[in-house]
Amino acid sequence: MNIGIMLALIGLAIGVWWVLLQKFRAKPWLQQGVLAEPLHSATFYPPQLVGLGVFLAVVMTLFALFAAAYHMRMNVPDWVHLPLPPVLLLNTALLVLGSIAIQAAWSAADHGHDDTGTAEARAERWRRARFYLQWGGLFAFAFLVGQLAAWRQLDAQGFYFSCSPASAFFYVLTALHGLHLLGGLLVWGKTALMSVRVDGAERAPAIALNIRLCAIYWHFLLLIWLAVYALFAFT
Amino acid sequence: MTQIAVTDQTHVLHEPHSFVTRYIWSQDHKVIAVQYAITAIFVGIIAMVLSWLMRLQLGFPHEFALINPNAYYQFITMHGMIMVIYLLTALFLGGFGNYLIPLMIGARDMVFPYLNMLSYWFYLLSVIILLAAFFVPGGPTGAGWTLYPPQAVLPGTPGADWGIVTMLISLAVFVVAFTMGGLNYVTTVLQARTKGMTLMRMPLTVWGIFMATVLGLLAFPALFVSAVMMLLDRLAGTSFFMPELVSMGRQMPHSGGSPILFQHLFWFFGHPEVYIVALPAFGMVSDLLSTHARKNIFGYRMMVWAILAIGCLSFVVWAHHMYVSGMNPYFGFFFATTTLIIAIPTAIKVYNWVLTLWRGNIHLTVPMLFAIGFIFTFVHGGLTGLFLGNVVVDLPLSDTYFVVAHFHMVMGISPVLVVFGAIYHWFPKITGRMFNERLGKWHFWLTFLGAYAIYLPMHYLGFLGVPRRYYAMGDTYFMPESAQALNAQITIAALIVGAVQILFFINVIWSLRYGARADGNPWRATTLEWQTPTTPPPHGNWGAQVPEVHRWAYDYSVPGAAEDFVPQNVPASTGEAPR
Repeated sequence: MNIGIMLALIGLAIGVWWVLLQKFRAKPWLQQGVLAEPLHSATFYPPQLVGLGVFLAVVMTLFALFAAAYHMRMNVPDWVHLPLPPVLLLNTALLVLGSIAIQAAWSAADHGHDDTGTAEARAERWRRARFYLQWGGLFAFAFLVGQLAAWRQLDAQGFYFSCSPASAFFYVLTALHGLHLLGGLLVWGKTALMSVRVDGAERAPAIALNIRLCAIYWHFLLLIWLAVYALFAFT
Repeated sequence: MTQIAVTDQTHVLHEPHSFVTRYIWSQDHKVIAVQYAITAIFVGIIAMVLSWLMRLQLGFPHEFALINPNAYYQFITMHGMIMVIYLLTALFLGGFGNYLIPLMIGARDMVFPYLNMLSYWFYLLSVIILLAAFFVPGGPTGAGWTLYPPQAVLPGTPGADWGIVTMLISLAVFVVAFTMGGLNYVTTVLQARTKGMTLMRMPLTVWGIFMATVLGLLAFPALFVSAVMMLLDRLAGTSFFMPELVSMGRQMPHSGGSPILFQHLFWFFGHPEVYIVALPAFGMVSDLLSTHARKNIFGYRMMVWAILAIGCLSFVVWAHHMYVSGMNPYFGFFFATTTLIIAIPTAIKVYNWVLTLWRGNIHLTVPMLFAIGFIFTFVHGGLTGLFLGNVVVDLPLSDTYFVVAHFHMVMGISPVLVVFGAIYHWFPKITGRMFNERLGKWHFWLTFLGAYAIYLPMHYLGFLGVPRRYYAMGDTYFMPESAQALNAQITIAALIVGAVQILFFINVIWSLRYGARADGNPWRATTLEWQTPTTPPPHGNWGAQVPEVHRWAYDYSVPGAAEDFVPQNVPASTGEAPR
């Protein structure tokens, strides 16, 4: 980290600070009565979504710290570059497909539980949502299998876990990413099971919300993976 | 997509049906809070006994065969780690955070009750793994609470075989537990506030806990990362932190790792950790002072801004713990500057506390005594922090007892005084009983004066150059004999202060059974938790209807009002002074 980055960070902090001040300029001792807040309007974000957002911030911090550690460790003279197995490109494609599929599932489900349209049209939308949801999960599974294959290839080439710092970082980061994806697959499995019996309208919003959460998480893990991949490919 | 705001949902979640779901696998935030608090205080007692053992060695060297050098280092390590993480973090956020957030913002529970329950059980698991270290071959790790590599994993350090492994696993599990709880606290504050409870109407307690949780969520991953990487260095032969080295005549398999990298990661967690403990204490002390001085908190907005500013700044000061490790002088300058800048919002808070007391109607109740005591110890510890924030002053003082005195004043004694004050303050709400006032006052005075008897002389030892971390001083020419006498005095004071904590436990247990019944609002306080329909609050907290909030949390002694406090859920009335 050099002085320039530090100054940039200070500038950013001042900016954030200014925005916060604008938000927190109320004088509560002068206000009386029940104040309306967007929190209590019907269009506000559901708590699950906010909770997921907070969680993603934590996960991002986790990976950012690993990346910072990687960067610092890289500058030690004994650094050996790790040749990446080509199967990773295929895995990346699988993860992208998973993201696309699950996004399609959400956009189908999002329209699937509003009351407009005929019952047949709604059922058709849910059928599409289920279809894409299943593929979204299957692509994620395929990605994990591909990652295991990448580990085996690296191992076979002699780049085992503790052979070099780059190798250790690679195994740790991919394992961590895989574990996060596995956690997502748990929620995905639950959602997929729930979505089999979606006919009752009252459960539809909850399922649609779950699909939305899965979609956000899939996109997020795709971004993390692309960052991890770039870290190893271009440094 | 339409959905109903959390506070407006009428159905009661997870109603408990049996003893087990009510008290053991409970999803009720109040039960989880008590579970957290009991577990944290239990490990805290263990850590206190460990500190006695250390003090016995320092005050009366070589008198006790039990305390050999290895044991001494193991006691230091476990004492520090338990107190900072497993006691204070867990108690402030898991205990008070769980109990107070939903009640103070007018919610029925946390937004994710099941996750909340898991959080406690993971925390308990981490405590069990931590304590298991006492029973593994070689005992717990003796690497110091900072666990610096390479020594933490090298043979020769006590507990290098198993102790360090259990410690790192326990920390990783703790981080998982904290993350589950923390997600809940943040989301609940953001999403489950009742009607009228805007962010700027929240009591400062909630602000402090909220910001501390945000810090924790962003800082604990650093501890997780360093724990995982060191675990791999120890078990899988990687070289993240381990440099090439010869240990006891043997070439180690590691090469090229960076011990400094660990220090950066550790302190990127470690410094925010100070504020994870301090911010909830700041918040609670604000509420205690305002309530017991019957006066609105001075400068509420400034207090909120200061909490936010301290939270942001706490992420850019970590390397002031590493001046001795050596760094680019420009970095030292940067970190010294940011460290001193933190003094500004902190000083604002102290001024505001004092100004809240000024011309207030001060009731010297037990919680108030602890809150005022906190101002003393915190100012004291904070000022020595200004010394240590400067590189040139820190270098000679860093490895002396001055640092021990500083951080015990600022993040040991000060938060613990707030913990006691807060427990005495909320005890009537939690249990429905009043505690014994006289016993509480004895507890305060003995603890407060005793703490000074321990830590004030320690500053002087530090100026003399008495090094910390040493098992025994031996014959050292620059230390006068009086230093040893002072050490013996400190030990005696520490034994007494530790022992008088029994008064607190007697008080709690006695009052649970024989204490006078408390009415719902014995302190005549304004915040929502005192306005529950029954005390202790039942499952779901509010009965049929959640409260609506009409005013801020500090309407004390409002001119024209019938009483000297107006609760937050009371609408504006005639006779009240216009705003």
